[in-house]
Amino acid sequence: MSLLEVRGVTKRFEGLLAVDSVDLDVEQGDIVGVIGPNGAGKTTLFNCLSGLEVPTGGEIRFRGQALSGRPDRFTRAGVARTFQNIRLFPHMTAFENVLVGRHCRTRVGLASAIGRGRKFHREERESETRADELLDFVGLARLGEVVARNLSYGDQRRLEIARALASDPGLLLLDEPRAGMNAQETRATADLVRRIRDRGVAVAVIEHDMRFIFGLCDRVAVLVQGRKLVEGTPAEVQGDPRVIEAYLGAPAG
Amino acid sequence: MKLEKPPAPAAAGAAALVVGTLSPWATFAGFPGKMSLGGFPGGARLFCLLLAAGALLFLLDVHGRRWAALATSAGAVAVVVVNLVALVDQGGGAGSVAWGACMSLAGAGLLVAAAWRLPPSSPAAGEATPTRAPVIEIAAIAAALLAVLGAVVWGLRIEESSRFVSFLVFVTFLSIAVHHLGVFSWLGAVFARHHRIALLLAGAVAVAFPFTQQGNAYWIRVFASIGVFAVAAIGLNVVVGLAGLLDLGYVAFFGVGAYVGALLSNAALTTSNVHLPFLLVVLLGGCIAAVFGLVIGAPTLRLRGDYLAIVTLGFGEIFRITANNWDGLTRGPNGISGIPDLALGGFDFGQSHAVLGVTLPGFANYYYVELVLICAAIVVFTRLNDSRIGRAWVAIREDEVAAAASGIDTIRLKLLAFAIGAFLAGAAGTVNAHVTTQVSPDSYTFLESILLVAAVVLGGMGTVPGALLGSTALFVIPEKLRSFQDKRLLLFGAALILLMRFRPEGLVPSRRRRRELREEAPEGVPGLAGATGAAPGGPAS
Repeated sequence: MSLLEVRGVTKRFEGLLAVDSVDLDVEQGDIVGVIGPNGAGKTTLFNCLSGLEVPTGGEIRFRGQALSGRPDRFTRAGVARTFQNIRLFPHMTAFENVLVGRHCRTRVGLASAIGRGRKFHREERESETRADELLDFVGLARLGEVVARNLSYGDQRRLEIARALASDPGLLLLDEPRAGMNAQETRATADLVRRIRDRGVAVAVIEHDMRFIFGLCDRVAVLVQGRKLVEGTPAEVQGDPRVIEAYLGAPAG
Repeated sequence: MKLEKPPAPAAAGAAALVVGTLSPWATFAGFPGKMSLGGFPGGARLFCLLLAAGALLFLLDVHGRRWAALATSAGAVAVVVVNLVALVDQGGGAGSVAWGACMSLAGAGLLVAAAWRLPPSSPAAGEATPTRAPVIEIAAIAAALLAVLGAVVWGLRIEESSRFVSFLVFVTFLSIAVHHLGVFSWLGAVFARHHRIALLLAGAVAVAFPFTQQGNAYWIRVFASIGVFAVAAIGLNVVVGLAGLLDLGYVAFFGVGAYVGALLSNAALTTSNVHLPFLLVVLLGGCIAAVFGLVIGAPTLRLRGDYLAIVTLGFGEIFRITANNWDGLTRGPNGISGIPDLALGGFDFGQSHAVLGVTLPGFANYYYVELVLICAAIVVFTRLNDSRIGRAWVAIREDEVAAAASGIDTIRLKLLAFAIGAFLAGAAGTVNAHVTTQVSPDSYTFLESILLVAAVVLGGMGTVPGALLGSTALFVIPEKLRSFQDKRLLLFGAALILLMRFRPEGLVPSRRRRRELREEAPEGVPGLAGATGAAPGGPAS
């Protein structure tokens, strides 16, 4: 049984078939890349996997259990994500952003929050320790008190990853994690993704940067016009004529 | 500190202003405040004279003095203008204006011009607030709170509308000046450092208020009504300020509580004969209102922003019309009246009591009940705000999709906010039934909902002092401007527009709210103190 099993997931918007019966497996400890030309349905697929879109058909199983419902259920089940266009809580501090990510792993309710018993303080301390550790892990240890909006672009992307990791996911979905980064930041991001995998979190990543994807991923799936065209190791995908055709068009004549 | 030589126009302006305020402003004796007599600053002239003290800023180069001097001198101009308008209006033409007023106006105008020409202040000597001895800081807190109490008592004693408007102008411009001198941001930091003592002292000041009224019930009664609205405003602040849900029918929850309180109190004219203990009724009123909140919220909280506002507006109207027509329960438009005073263990809340030689009228008892209720609401608000629940609310307000993707059950938390807001409003409503002794549908109109939202926005979203200040201002000022009759809503509206133009984050904003509305002033310095402090440095710096 794979960690994530996607079977025939389809998403239709009116007349447009954005995702067309895609199958995908992610194993424990995998880094899986999802590539494809613009409009191939990569982000829509991720939206289906994180509950932001309800698939028109097909099934998503995580750790053997079918996933459905609102996004928070997916996150609680262990699928966390980041966004292509960064979606932090802009006026909260970096530290608070990560604390919000702890929400689904904490239980303090109304009475406990008002009563402020021992349980409340213990849980708050645990959350804070965890948030500090995660900020340190992504390299933002000294920026915890900075308002998210004022962080640099790369730091905002790292913070989003820290927030996602705060929910203790088994699978992390990264939507273009290196968009807008320079070469050095890109290398640091690749390194960060590997370290996340080493923590036991499987990663699925959408990217347009081929060097980034082929240097990082164990397996790569190519999406073209909503369909999965090829899936295999980076070497297999790179050599496949169909992929070249999808990106560059068929040879003339 | 070195004294500077003031520019000649400033010296001349200050002299003219002082002489002018000590001279007659009116040519006829009928004008309130003995304005026709010279030699002493009677009536609104006192405010003008006090603002003239701002001219001392020309002697000292302190940070922010240019804007402070501008504020005091512009305030003096405004006070003179207010009184000129009143004189011409009430005295019958320009002939009723005496030379003192003109001289004051000229002096104040000169001061404005001189202040305008002051060089912009040197950057603040030390942005970090200097660490003073705790004793001095606590004394400063006490002094600030006493100043607030003093200002309230002083303002309430003023009878004439023109003088009260002058007083408001005086307080406003003085506050702006003090704000630009950095006093409020320093006080905010001090309050945050000693927040327990500050709360205790604030409570003491609130307890002391009825003793300043010398047995006069009128303002205690007004404040007893305000207390009820303050609790409701704190509840609405959970919904609007924290969770970011615009509720335009919020007063309906207040009404539900009031009807519950009325029906269970054994009123003279009622449809039920049930009489339950008051404490139980308060909880019951809150719970029933909360159930209403859940019933309204469950189907509608999937909507966002404007749509939710429309739906809640509709609910408010449905409540009012139902109360107006359900004769069997609510007695329709007649309402339920003759609600008896509370009695807890032999203590009759309607009686006046002599405490420490001061007679406290019956309304003071309700005032104290509301203080307790306000304290409870503050505890609920601040503790929830500072917990995973409060963080989740703020996250939902900032970006609902990201909040959901971060594992927050957004519907459930929005329902929770709705229910808590409704609970507080319902509990406040049960008390209000006893304060007003009658409950009828026309007390729960759309305008009341709007006023509550205005109180929260104007005071500052997401903070307790904001909600308290907002509800006080919204209920005291219209009360004071009664003699303006139909014009008072006009004045009130103008004040709202000015405030939203120059201080959109409200009077006492939360730190996060400031960040949202003042995009041009990024705040990246880690660990800045002053959770609810005023603006550091001000918009001009």
